[in-house]
Amino acid sequence: MLTPEQIEAKLDRILLKVQKPGRYVGGELNITVKDWETATTKVALVFPDIYDIGVSNVGLKILYDQVNQRADSLAERAYVPWLDMEALMREHGIPLYSLESKRPLSAFDLIGFTLPYETLYSNALNALDLAGIPVRSAERDEEHPIVIAGGHSTMNPEPMHAFIDAFVIGEGEEVIHDILDVLQAHASRADRLLALAKVPGVYVPKFYETFYLDDGTVSHIETLVDGIANPVVKRIVAKLPPPPTKFIVPNIDIVHNRVTVEIMRGCTRGCRFCHAGMITRPVRERTVEEVVNAADTAIRATGFEEVALLSLSSSDYTNILELVTAVGEKFQGRQLNVSLPSLRIESVSIDLMDKLRQRRTAGFTLAPEAATERMRRIINKYISDEDIINTTREIYARGWTTIKLYFMIGHPSETLEDVQAIADLCKRVLAEGRKVIGWKAKLNAGVSTFVPKSQTPFQWVSVDTRERILEKQALLKRELYRDRNIKLSLTDPDDSLLEAWLSRGDRRMSEVVYTAWKNGAKFDAWDEGRKPEIWKAAFDQHGLDIDFYTARQRRTDEVFPWEHITAAVRKNFLFQDFRMSLEGQIRVDCRQNCFACGILPTFSNMRRENPGEGWKCPDVKSPAKKINVELPVVGD
Amino acid sequence: MRLRVTFAKLNALRYTGHLDLHHIWERAARRAELLLAYSQGFHPQPKISLASALPLGFSSRCEVMDMRLSEEIPLDGLKERIQAAVPSGLQILKVESVDEKLPALQTLVAEAEYEAVLTEPADGSTLKQQVAEMLGASSLPRERRGKSYDLRPLIGQVHVVETPQGSIHLTMRLSAREGATGRPEEVLDHLGIPADTVRVERTRLIFINESIE
Repeated sequence: MLTPEQIEAKLDRILLKVQKPGRYVGGELNITVKDWETATTKVALVFPDIYDIGVSNVGLKILYDQVNQRADSLAERAYVPWLDMEALMREHGIPLYSLESKRPLSAFDLIGFTLPYETLYSNALNALDLAGIPVRSAERDEEHPIVIAGGHSTMNPEPMHAFIDAFVIGEGEEVIHDILDVLQAHASRADRLLALAKVPGVYVPKFYETFYLDDGTVSHIETLVDGIANPVVKRIVAKLPPPPTKFIVPNIDIVHNRVTVEIMRGCTRGCRFCHAGMITRPVRERTVEEVVNAADTAIRATGFEEVALLSLSSSDYTNILELVTAVGEKFQGRQLNVSLPSLRIESVSIDLMDKLRQRRTAGFTLAPEAATERMRRIINKYISDEDIINTTREIYARGWTTIKLYFMIGHPSETLEDVQAIADLCKRVLAEGRKVIGWKAKLNAGVSTFVPKSQTPFQWVSVDTRERILEKQALLKRELYRDRNIKLSLTDPDDSLLEAWLSRGDRRMSEVVYTAWKNGAKFDAWDEGRKPEIWKAAFDQHGLDIDFYTARQRRTDEVFPWEHITAAVRKNFLFQDFRMSLEGQIRVDCRQNCFACGILPTFSNMRRENPGEGWKCPDVKSPAKKINVELPVVGD
Repeated sequence: MRLRVTFAKLNALRYTGHLDLHHIWERAARRAELLLAYSQGFHPQPKISLASALPLGFSSRCEVMDMRLSEEIPLDGLKERIQAAVPSGLQILKVESVDEKLPALQTLVAEAEYEAVLTEPADGSTLKQQVAEMLGASSLPRERRGKSYDLRPLIGQVHVVETPQGSIHLTMRLSAREGATGRPEEVLDHLGIPADTVRVERTRLIFINESIE
């Protein structure tokens, strides 16, 4: 195994031959470099995309802090090298290494990947390979690190089950400590994996087996050892811990140069297409004071020029006006931008943004998602055209010249008329804008393609075929390309389809992932990496049909490949919501009325112990049961 | 107030370019709670200027930067305050207050000195011979980014130094005037030394008001 000095010497010879060598050298402000020898457990946290994207990831930052706060452990970071650097690393025999101490990843005890989206899968395999670690879990032995993964896409972990030793389902802040404890208490790989499988919220694929029906769908899923959970219930924290503030400040330009403060986790809106909204329940809010103090501390610690107040739906934060006022006052005249994403389409949102405007006026972003009343009822995001027109007119009138509208095509039962309505609405918004500010008015329409995700009310529906997507996109281009003040951006159908088969794939899909990676798939989310023909060939090689995973309406009684994993929102609830969508029925914000999605019964003890305003679920008043029903019973 | 900071740029920061260094300074000023002055207009820019761009991959012991503050502050303890706010590859050597009315820093630089350490074994006497030939030439026509130019007038001095340990250094003094910058990697390339077998450090910036020995 190469020493840090050997790796650095090799790097010195190649770094000036690659684009942005600053990605590969570490040494940033606010990193933690702990003594290697005195740490019992060494963790490498990996974002399987380039540095420029990965370094600002908040999830990994939280885990980095959690691990490094322990006296007995250390955490370092790694990202995957861009194509030019990877080629040189392989040529010069440089394994994937951590930025802090320049040690090869194979020197660590634990490798933790974050997999927020499916298009990173091929990169995760490539990262393991570049680290000299067997890509397949079954081929690792005592000398190899334990490889874990978490993040939103792991709500269906099956397409990656062959490569990851253990998945963390749900929130990582507390479970990471359980995992470190297991590693310290057990020495052998076998003992460690069995002990990990008994940690609530941890899924170890080798202890489960999936059985299939003749038609290729799942019959059932069995556990292979006693004392492990089926289903594995996601972990959550009862109260959001203090947010990270010592953000790493890169020495080179990256995608998001900013401080991020999560103001609230979870969402009560219940938009049926929204994976995050379904899997991050319940809603838990931080107090205004905590958010403002964290933002202030973080700005002092980093010097960043932007603060992002993060949540799935800022307008729903209980004290949003108070928060925005406090933040506005705090950062007045300090040459800072404050961004507040995901605002509701109403004039109050403009008041909020007005309070935050300081350094320069960026565009104003709204996400209607659909443009007809029928469609909006189906997806459960109901806004009237009049609200959209009135709000956008007001935005132009108050000095923003560019409005960005996000839509999706490919919602269930969508017709070309529904797509036409998107174009019509964009034109109408811009026409209204012109009445107010003339030809300065601009509109950016971002139209992505809907991909049904596991653990959501739309997990039963088919995704549009490639032809259908292209037909809808052609319509939008025809309608909107003529106006040069409208900028239309579309998602490549190949990207959407890749995401579609990976997100609802079963265990057999992992062979497709393996073969595609072996044949060169990587950076699937990048134009430079898009290789649909490699993926198609991999499906053919394994006798699997792409349409089975994408363009297929699931039976109502179908057992899903992810049936043994749950985000604690019951399948019955999701199915009822799916039925309601077919009938165009709206379900209102569940802050107004609890619809018993399943979160409260699963986490009733936790809620009982944390009553009041922190959660947006109703209080649990019934006495606690003797047996802890929240989490699966853990064997010894 | 116009602050002049002299600093070393070392280690990982060798791989941070000129534009990114501006950002590092803007953020460092914010962390040190120095009130930077900003330009007017739609995209206000902090008033930070660096004396001379340092090529990517080079370290330096002598970078100079001016930053304008919108307040007057005592210099006492300022060096330590700035040092505490910068990433580990920056070492603050000197902080002074200079006359606001001085011309822009970039226009004041005349020459720069570099030290290049060869990381591969080489024959010192051959290299000395090559250097002598190079310095003896009346012109050294070269092409860079599709433009031809004469390297010779941009070269002040070049010396080959053999250390007792057997390693070879080249010291160079090159022009660093705006629009007439001698680049060490061009000199090395002329001498047939590949860029990946040498480590270059800028050791001195010479300003036009300094006497040239």
